[in-house]
Amino acid sequence: MQWEAVIGLEVHVQLATQSKIFSGASTAFGAEPNTQACAVDLGLPGVLPVLNEAAVAMAVQFGLGINAEIPETSIFDRKNYFYPDLPKGYQTSQMYHPIVGPGEVEIALDDGTTKRVRVHHAHLEEDAGKSLHEDFHGMTGIDLNRAGTPLLEIVSEPDMGSAKEAVAYIKALHSIVTYLGISDGNMAEGSMRCDVNVSVRPKGQETLGTRAEIKNVNSFRFVEKAIAYEIERQIELIEDGGKVVQETRLYDPEADETRSMRTKEEANDYRYFPCPDLLPVVLDQAYVEHLRESLPELPAEKRARFENELGLSAYDASILSSTRPMAEYFEAVKDSCNDAKLAANWVQGELAGQLNRENLDIVDSPVSAAQLGGLICRVSDETINGKAAKQVFMALWNGEGATADEIIEAKGLKQVTDTGAIEAMIDQVIADSPVQVAQYVEADEAKRGKMIGYFVGQVMKASRGTANPQQVNALLKQKLDQA
Amino acid sequence: MALEQEDVRRAAHLARLGLNDDEAERYVDDLSRILEMADRLQAVDTQGVAPLAHPLDATQRLRADEVTEANQRERFQRCAPAVENGLYLVPRVVE
Amino acid sequence: MHDKTLTELAAALAAGEFSSRELTESLLGRIERLDGELNSFITVTADQALSAADAADAARAKGDAGPLTGLPLALKDIFCTQGVRTSCGSKMLDTFVSPYDATVVEKLAAAGTISLGKTNMDEFAMGSSNENSFYGPVKNPWDLSAVPGGSSGGSAAAVAAGLVPAALGTDTGGSIRQPAAFCGITGLKPTYGRVSRYGMVAYASSLDQAGPMARSAEDCALLLGTIAGHDLRDSTSVARGVPDYRDELEASLSGLKIGLPKEYFGDGLDPEVETAVRDAIKVYESMGASIREVSLPHTDLAIPAYYVIAPAEASSNLSRYDGVRFGHRCENPADLIDLYKRSRAEGFGEEVKRRILIGTHTLSEGFFDAYYKKAQQVRRLIRQDFLDAFEDVDVLMGPASPTPAFDLGAKKDPVSMYLQDIYTIAINLAGIPGISVPAGFVGNRPVGLQILGPHFAEQQLLNVAHQFQQATDWHRRQPAFGKENA
Repeated sequence: MQWEAVIGLEVHVQLATQSKIFSGASTAFGAEPNTQACAVDLGLPGVLPVLNEAAVAMAVQFGLGINAEIPETSIFDRKNYFYPDLPKGYQTSQMYHPIVGPGEVEIALDDGTTKRVRVHHAHLEEDAGKSLHEDFHGMTGIDLNRAGTPLLEIVSEPDMGSAKEAVAYIKALHSIVTYLGISDGNMAEGSMRCDVNVSVRPKGQETLGTRAEIKNVNSFRFVEKAIAYEIERQIELIEDGGKVVQETRLYDPEADETRSMRTKEEANDYRYFPCPDLLPVVLDQAYVEHLRESLPELPAEKRARFENELGLSAYDASILSSTRPMAEYFEAVKDSCNDAKLAANWVQGELAGQLNRENLDIVDSPVSAAQLGGLICRVSDETINGKAAKQVFMALWNGEGATADEIIEAKGLKQVTDTGAIEAMIDQVIADSPVQVAQYVEADEAKRGKMIGYFVGQVMKASRGTANPQQVNALLKQKLDQA
Repeated sequence: MALEQEDVRRAAHLARLGLNDDEAERYVDDLSRILEMADRLQAVDTQGVAPLAHPLDATQRLRADEVTEANQRERFQRCAPAVENGLYLVPRVVE
Repeated sequence: MHDKTLTELAAALAAGEFSSRELTESLLGRIERLDGELNSFITVTADQALSAADAADAARAKGDAGPLTGLPLALKDIFCTQGVRTSCGSKMLDTFVSPYDATVVEKLAAAGTISLGKTNMDEFAMGSSNENSFYGPVKNPWDLSAVPGGSSGGSAAAVAAGLVPAALGTDTGGSIRQPAAFCGITGLKPTYGRVSRYGMVAYASSLDQAGPMARSAEDCALLLGTIAGHDLRDSTSVARGVPDYRDELEASLSGLKIGLPKEYFGDGLDPEVETAVRDAIKVYESMGASIREVSLPHTDLAIPAYYVIAPAEASSNLSRYDGVRFGHRCENPADLIDLYKRSRAEGFGEEVKRRILIGTHTLSEGFFDAYYKKAQQVRRLIRQDFLDAFEDVDVLMGPASPTPAFDLGAKKDPVSMYLQDIYTIAINLAGIPGISVPAGFVGNRPVGLQILGPHFAEQQLLNVAHQFQQATDWHRRQPAFGKENA
């Protein structure tokens, strides 16, 4: 039988606010345990929450970024359950009236096509603390620094059909939230965490199969592997005559498998009700419009513009728009050299390669966009040839000069295009290579094509790489053919 | 709505309140009478009446995103029953 | 000194008749001698009080005294006080020394008042008799066999017995007004949102409100002006200017339109209480006020709605008491669930457990719509009753409680205890202000007249109450208890 998978994701994004969603404690990562848990975060008797404006603004920006409806009123509810990392015994969340209504995210697939994934809604909530299971004489330690960090939970429709699509969706979200600057998107520090809902059904069937939820998958790679494993598991299970049970599972990256969380399925009953300590959040139209006007160009629009207006390939457009720093760098290079294709080649070629070798992020590149742009200008106006350009690039990388021009000057890399000078060098090479010239003369046309490379190399060497290779080629051919 | 001992036990579990059998029995009786009183609400026609969560029709004020709280761990943990290395301790949580 | 009002004490301090230290010492002495019997305080903070009194005297000597400088008060033990145990009447918080001050505590301290200590209360403010306290019941100074009312019973009894001139209480369903009535003092529940709830241990967040309990409306006006106002730490507090509530105290009541809700004079009202209340209303007529009957048709639904909404909010508010970060923790928990269940079973008293269970049940799946949502809809109808009534009249009047203080131990059944709050509870659901003023006696037990106004009409309520106290002396009566031959 042919099977198809149906996948939906709940992605929790930590918002990049300075302070917590309901208190003035810092959200900085990595502090000593409980040093950033204030009275409100600890849920001390008598404390009350006050909503952070930046968290609201960021949620709305996300909503605008996915063309979602932004309801005028949203309401915080309490989700009641006991857990040691949940100080108040309830999580303040938005169950019935989320801040962001339905929207959609465009994802780029490997074959160069795009697909729209519908977002059901996105809501604000507070993060919980962390349980540390190191050895405290058989006890668990609780660190509440993370408690109260603002989260935007983005709930998709079950619109994805494969692990690859799911990953493309998370990558698209990642690039939207980092473009907007509303999250640092640092998955290793838990800034984006996913719950994945997976079910399978025979191809063509309308009704959905029973789904399993895989909790807390925290990297692109694990999302892909966890889903692939889970699809496989469900298909095998059904084909063996079994039934998928609705349950929560955990992905174990070491074993590369999903496991059922102990079926303490006492059917959670969260007793949601409107939080009486918080009032309805009402967004006036002017506020939303102000946020809309300040939105940056988002990845999907950028990709389309790179492809349609700059004439880049779909692949280049997609890579160069994938992160905001990358796109900004590329655009700055392009603006300074006025050649989008050359800029794209350099950013993805020489620069990306070197960044990769030294494991640097584009924002930490030692070569600035203006420097690279300046270098490309000298390539396109033929001041230097390609080989010299690479030398200049490495010199810029190593900080040997402030601009390409300075380095070209200092190293004498200016391309030699003076025919007389080139002819003189050719004559010298021919004079120094009687054996090779004799062989050339005797060879047929096909072989000559290959043999000329030797002479070109010698001439380039003589010019210390500055001779214009096309000119060298043409002149050499002329001279040798006369020999 | 009638209340069974099972309902009381379920609520007690959700609320993490330990109850012995005698207490459970007594609470069935108390709670039944309270709910019986609450059931008077059922007779009211509330069609089209919006629930009222807050007595004033006010809206949420927003706070500027500023860090205003300093570390007060030592002070806050003075009233904690069990801490070590700055962490609150609980019996082992099995995930 | 102990029989003076706050206003009189302020004048005496200003005139140099005695110092704040002398006053404080004198009252601490009375607490020492009398409170063993009354049990109105959970914690007496004598040392802090004396040093605060010295500071107040020093400020006065430098000419830095404000209107409240050096005046002693007591705080219901529901307000967080830094460095002082804040028990909320519960074993759960018996060892909880708050690391911070409630906003109202900060404001009172900044005004130069002196806290003598923390008063007894029903556990987590759940009760109408002060019998639900981990620290034992409080007695009514007018009759030691009677309850003082609840949940702010300690505050009411301490003021009535002359242990302190005024105290702060909280009112979720009548917890200021009913004990004020039972103890023959004046107690004001302000409009919801008028006074910050930050640092006030939450019972039912959408209903809780702090307010003054004192010997006169004038004293309540003085205190309300100090504690009221917008608090950036409480989202539900209202950004609205705070007038000097004493400004309108002397305004004439001629032409005042008083409504008598007919539902507040029906079955179950003690005839002698009714007589006292109707006599009080005649006093208003003599001042030129007009009286008319009005109807609050949803009155009988207030108690059912309240006993769904308040326990629901409480069940969630009280989840933080889990034995992890503060409060009672059981010995040697076997595992996490044991830690929770035993700590909470040991730390909470019976009434608190009852309300947690009711609230948990009514919020749970399958019951939410029938109870919680329904109660919130009815809540709107109840509020509308008041809004409609205030289209026609300026204030509403009636009894604060259907009976005078009942005997200690008389009400064993929770539902019959709940029905005590019939005249006070709807006010919290609607969020409007209400004040109870002494208006006579049934035997030796006081009767309270309740006056209600529209949202933010505190100034008018205080004016109406004050004018009554200019014409009567019920509020000046003192119980035999505590009369010392000195």
